[in-house]
Amino acid sequence: MALEAIKLSEEEMLAKAKDLRKNIIKMTTEAGSGHPTSSLSAVEIVTGLYFGGHLRLDPENPADPDRDRFILSKGHAVPVLYAAMAERGFFPVEETMSLRKLGSPFEGHPNLKRMPGIEASTGSLGQGLSIGVGQALGLRLDGKDSNVYVMIGDGEMGEGQVWEAIAAAAKYKLGNLVAIIDQNGYQQTGATKDVLDLTPFADKIAPFGWHTQTINGNDLGEALGALEKADAVTDQPSLIVSQTQKGFGILPVLETTGDLNYHGKPLSSELAEKALAHLG
Amino acid sequence: MAIGELSGYQMGQATRDAFGEALADLGDEFPNVVTVDGDVGNSTRTEPFAEKYPERGFNVGIAESNMVSVAGGLAGTGKIPVVASFACFLLNNAFDQIRMSVAFPEQNVKLVGSHAGISIGEDGPSQMGIEDVSLACSLPNVSVMVPADGVSAKKATRAMVGHQGPTYLRLGRPKVPALYDESVHFQIGKAITLKDGSDATIIANGIMVSIAADAAKMLEDEGVNTRVIDMHTVKPVDRAAVVAAAKETGCIIVAEEHLHHGGLGAAVAQVVSEEHPVPMGYVNVGDCYAESGDPMGLLEKYGLTAENIVSTVKAVKSR
Repeated sequence: MALEAIKLSEEEMLAKAKDLRKNIIKMTTEAGSGHPTSSLSAVEIVTGLYFGGHLRLDPENPADPDRDRFILSKGHAVPVLYAAMAERGFFPVEETMSLRKLGSPFEGHPNLKRMPGIEASTGSLGQGLSIGVGQALGLRLDGKDSNVYVMIGDGEMGEGQVWEAIAAAAKYKLGNLVAIIDQNGYQQTGATKDVLDLTPFADKIAPFGWHTQTINGNDLGEALGALEKADAVTDQPSLIVSQTQKGFGILPVLETTGDLNYHGKPLSSELAEKALAHLG
Repeated sequence: MAIGELSGYQMGQATRDAFGEALADLGDEFPNVVTVDGDVGNSTRTEPFAEKYPERGFNVGIAESNMVSVAGGLAGTGKIPVVASFACFLLNNAFDQIRMSVAFPEQNVKLVGSHAGISIGEDGPSQMGIEDVSLACSLPNVSVMVPADGVSAKKATRAMVGHQGPTYLRLGRPKVPALYDESVHFQIGKAITLKDGSDATIIANGIMVSIAADAAKMLEDEGVNTRVIDMHTVKPVDRAAVVAAAKETGCIIVAEEHLHHGGLGAAVAQVVSEEHPVPMGYVNVGDCYAESGDPMGLLEKYGLTAENIVSTVKAVKSR
């Protein structure tokens, strides 16, 4: 095997997105803990990255120095990453059912020491974009054309370090760096606009020297289009503000619980069954 | 009298100056070395490297959190990032970044903290790194070095760059006595016995090694044959050297330019208590923040003197 970016048809990608959603629900319900809704909001972008012709990877050689890199800075959404990596061939899908269990490398947050293919150990919010800046600098220094993609949560934007990284990426005109804010509108204790409102992200970040786009990130077509445009930007870092819904795909099921945030807890077996049935 | 003078040492380079020279010298041999700075490269002495290899020097501004995580990212692409700031700003400001972007993922990042201790002088306590060794030692996977003079700081710089894994190198601002010539063998985790002795042992690092040598000279004149060990690596501490000192000299005094808690004293005491308990004493900054003043006046006021080491050795020996 060699480095390869897999590009499926949009129809196949929609099916893949559905598979990711189902696996996210199954693995977190099996684990009895975790962040399914924070993972579900990010599915379309992650599907686009792994199956829309963007991430050049080799599951047989995850450390290939020429690979593209995806850093999940909002590490609590790691079920979406495990689900995508499984579909991409890094490990069998069944193994993800060991999520959060003692002895399993499928830890509650990404741990690169225990899982080849993970690009950054995250879970303390705010550091992923800085790590991405470092990787982008290193890759550029080596003359490689590899790209670095970093996904950040909208609540995570409250971390000052993210803004330090935004400034640094602009200083070095990192055209090989793409940041995606998964703006699902909620954080641990409530709506992000009520906790610490830093929107509009694009209007604030563009003046640093970033190319910006704001999209409906749960629309696969928009996600794919934004990733294409971001890849084409080579003289400055690129931001995709991906406006999403936390728990997208199973919202009618979550509505029955009366908790639209549904933060940091798995679905009960009963709810999971309903959610899987809803996804079809 | 200048420190080290009593024991016959000439004033030499500051450890930060030696580090800066050594780093610039090894850039060709180690093409993956890069520097990441928080806009104090002319103080930490990464500047000569960054000037010699401009494409490999990254000044990310006054943003230590970002600085450390950027270094973690660079290490993720096979670079050997040397990330330098004042010890206090590096360890205290960016501690979580050191934990999550460096120590936990075991990235090959070289942390360098200059202006450590109270001997930075006039700038005062906000600039004094006196918690740094404790913080660095608390992190799994990180080796911690505190060289005592210019030659050993150069050798520590080379050892650090050649070592696979995260390291912390602690450097001082003022000139310190030259203790070694080029023939000295420097190895991470292997203490250097500066002077042998059988009645007591002083284990020190950094600027306190030459002060310990002066103390040993004073004790010698009183008939106390004192061993002086330069424990330049706090983690992993040289257990064999500590155990031998405990067994052969019967008591150990630890001298360091750091808070009482969590530094070299704690590292040595753990080994002594586990392997061969003997009476111990400590000469350090204690449990307080210092103040502005001239460096040597500060060392004196806060008890980091040969005289205080001598009286501590005597007190411990009489227990």
